[in-house]
Amino acid sequence: MTVQELLDKTDLTAAALPRGDREITGVYLGDLLSWVMGRAREGDAWVTIMSNRNIAAVATLADTACILLAEGVQPDNGVALLCEEKGINLLLSPHSAYDTALLLRDTL
Amino acid sequence: MKELSLNILDIAENAVKAGATLTEILLEEQGNTLTLTIRDDGCGMDADTVRGVTDPFYTTRTTRPVGMGLPLLRLAAEQTGGHLTVTSRPRETHPDDHGTAVTAVFDTGHIDCVPLGDVPATVATLIQGHPDTDFYLRHDRPGKEPVELDTRLLRDMLDDVPINSYEVLQWIEDSLREDYDPQ
Repeated sequence: MTVQELLDKTDLTAAALPRGDREITGVYLGDLLSWVMGRAREGDAWVTIMSNRNIAAVATLADTACILLAEGVQPDNGVALLCEEKGINLLLSPHSAYDTALLLRDTL
Repeated sequence: MKELSLNILDIAENAVKAGATLTEILLEEQGNTLTLTIRDDGCGMDADTVRGVTDPFYTTRTTRPVGMGLPLLRLAAEQTGGHLTVTSRPRETHPDDHGTAVTAVFDTGHIDCVPLGDVPATVATLIQGHPDTDFYLRHDRPGKEPVELDTRLLRDMLDDVPINSYEVLQWIEDSLREDYDPQ
């Protein structure tokens, strides 16, 4: 399923969607960026509550399909724009990380 | 990073890559404040570069678009309410006193402050990987003897024994552990 399709089928919203056609092939949950950097896989939807510009770098390194900010967390100032520039899809979820993961499990 | 010592390793590796002959790792604890300084006499950076190094999309490597050592250390400090500063003097303008100093200040009482981790193993790893450059470690803790190691002094004592031989590295690690936790 693509990121755009995920948006169409759920109540998730996009803060940046430069590549809505990216295919989601897995899911990763984690907030410790150095840890995520080595473990998230290409094509993952990465669920986190971290919202600073470093997440854009980690998503680039791991080549995730999208970042998904859980718990209603909003990106820090300028991060949505940075994601747009770097070709990173940045999604927002009003649900907890756990419920977001369940939503992904049911939808993907 | 789950431990600050991994950040220390990362930044000290940067120092060596910048051509440092001496890299100093200074830790100072005072109340709930931990100050980490990593200082080198490497090639240094100009002001523009210094401004860029805590940006995650800046790097000195060519293999990936981002360098994460300093951004992650900055994050580790800032998420405790602390901060990170980088000062540098490039060789071109300061031929006699060039180098870079990275200082990170942590509030160790903050719930998001990660533990310091294994400093003896970190120092031994650095010496093992870079036997031809010098390292100086000093850790000041309130009410305790400072922990100190200087590879320049060690070299004098060792004579012709390589500093990265297994026995020496083991001794360095063991004696640092002993200094941290005197029996």
